[in-house]
Amino acid sequence: MSTASSIDLDAIQGIVREKASLPGALLPILHAIQGRTGWVPEEAVPLIADALNLSRAEVQGVLDFYHDFRREPPGRHIVQICRAESCQAMGAQALETHVKSSLAVDFHQTTADGSISLEPVYCLGNCACSPAIRIDDEVFGRVDSNRFDTLVDRLRAEEVSA
Amino acid sequence: MSLRIFVPIDSSALSVGAESVAQAILAEAERLGVAIELVRNGSRGLFWLEPLVEVETPAGRISYGPVKPSDVPDLFASGFLNGRPHRLGHGLTEHIPYFAGQERLTFSRVGIGDPLCLEAYRANGGFGGLERALALSPAELVQEVTDSGLRGRGGAAFPTGVKWRTVLEAEAPHKYVVCNADEGDSGTFSDRMLMEGDPFCLIEGMTIAALAVGATQGYIYSRSEYPHAFRTLQCAIAKARDAGLLGPDVLGSGHAFELEVRMGAGAYICGEETSMLESLEGKRGLVRFKPPLPAISGLFGMPTVINNVMSLASVPIILSKGASFYRDYGVGRSHGTLPFQLAGNIRHGGLVEKAFGLTLGELLYDYGGGSASGRPIRAVQVGGPLGAYVPESRFDVPLDYEAFSQMGAMIGHGGIVAFDDRVDMARMARYAMEFCVIESCGKCTPCRIGSQRGVEVIDRIIANQERAKNLALLDSLCDTMIKGSLCAMGGMAPYPVLSAVKHFPEDFGIGQSARAA
Repeated sequence: MSTASSIDLDAIQGIVREKASLPGALLPILHAIQGRTGWVPEEAVPLIADALNLSRAEVQGVLDFYHDFRREPPGRHIVQICRAESCQAMGAQALETHVKSSLAVDFHQTTADGSISLEPVYCLGNCACSPAIRIDDEVFGRVDSNRFDTLVDRLRAEEVSA
Repeated sequence: MSLRIFVPIDSSALSVGAESVAQAILAEAERLGVAIELVRNGSRGLFWLEPLVEVETPAGRISYGPVKPSDVPDLFASGFLNGRPHRLGHGLTEHIPYFAGQERLTFSRVGIGDPLCLEAYRANGGFGGLERALALSPAELVQEVTDSGLRGRGGAAFPTGVKWRTVLEAEAPHKYVVCNADEGDSGTFSDRMLMEGDPFCLIEGMTIAALAVGATQGYIYSRSEYPHAFRTLQCAIAKARDAGLLGPDVLGSGHAFELEVRMGAGAYICGEETSMLESLEGKRGLVRFKPPLPAISGLFGMPTVINNVMSLASVPIILSKGASFYRDYGVGRSHGTLPFQLAGNIRHGGLVEKAFGLTLGELLYDYGGGSASGRPIRAVQVGGPLGAYVPESRFDVPLDYEAFSQMGAMIGHGGIVAFDDRVDMARMARYAMEFCVIESCGKCTPCRIGSQRGVEVIDRIIANQERAKNLALLDSLCDTMIKGSLCAMGGMAPYPVLSAVKHFPEDFGIGQSARAA
């Protein structure tokens, strides 16, 4: 896990340099940094601003505007629960209640063991298999409380064996 | 020749276990020493049957589903490789009534073959539209699309040909084609299915649009919630470039067209076209004032065609089969087909591409099979989170842009979310306002503040605090948002709210409050 003390500024500088010439480069740069580090550290902001000839405020504004970009290190896994209408019609609210109590966190929080960050999401495009959740880059459909517990148990078992 | 077995690589199929089914099939075939060719296709869109496994036989493709990995040895033992019957069998896929009743034009190839195989794309009619387009002048191309009657499939239903003509006639050093693939509406997944299941179709449609208006650069703006679609598009674009379909000299025509896929960052508002342009330019997704129209001054200030995935993916067949072929589908001024998406509490959820003109009831009951829970369907939301809730008494209204707009609803992107009789419509109304709070770009006051006040007013109505007064206030607030908002976010978020109050007054305590007062 990346922490504030182990930020690889050289890697971030490399990403910025590589992508700075793209038209409208800011989102691709932020995605690439987050893809590598898991979040976008504060120290990246002036580097990006310099390379794109923007003010720090402009870069910070974009970072804050989009729900995806994280300004703090997340847990080792991101779990997203869909809150949108189709999933609600199939019991997403009950699932959400179960998830929050079983992980003992609310949305935008990370479990005490640093394993899972819980986030809401508004539609994963899996609406014919509602309720849907996403764990890291994998989407799961027809998720009820039991299936959720199985998926989380598997995630934790993989962490132990890894 | 080895037997061909199809297991979808569509993300919805993967979400219910298609990958482990594919691995189980490979393992069982190896154990038995049977030579098979496993094809990873897009989804047929019959999602209640996913993971849907198909086997190619001399009679056609036979389907089995929903298949679990543990079913695989039994499928082999009962002879599914020869299409033999099985408790999970459905016979010929194309004879399943749900599929057989459809009119698949835009989705003609989705679910058939490997989405990233150019040879398969060509063999199934791909590039026929582009080849014809290369023989036409830009004005003729625009005319063909205008004559087809195609209207914007993202939701606004603006005539595509008119938009293209504006960009064609604009003079500028650069022009752009931007594909709006920011499919954020709950209950919709047709863009995702097409991007994952037939990406070359979108590339072909965008290339034709570029030829028509004189654009040399295209962007597809997709979603971070769609990681599979993003990777599929990146790979398809690279293959198309290698094959000379994209690049400095498209198919030897002398026309240049470059294409790039960009990823959004979880902001629903970026599906609004001007907010999307801001995001593509690397800024916060704040909605722009219009005019100027993006067709005149769009991306980086240049004339820009912005079309939805479905609009662009309908262009190849319009070109290859001719405008009148497409125009003859549909009713009134709603020409062609729309890939409807059945979602929520529905037994047979999936994609149904049909000509405009069928009714909601036909979709919900004949295709959808009623609710998944077996209880009565009480309400459906059509057209995403900004779309109205429609009660059962209106299920006979034909799906036609004008008929829907007359009843204060919209077809939008064709998403249909069903709710059974346990739904609390006051909570759904509250959610509509809450969603607007979370996703408003913040530029205009009616949307940014109005939605916040909307949540509070609905909370007071639910809590029965001065209910009659607060209902009147909600009405007035909605009126302000509709008339005063800069874009459809604040301008339409009141529709689900007002329709819920109108059609389901009992959920808001209306009637009770009159007595209480």
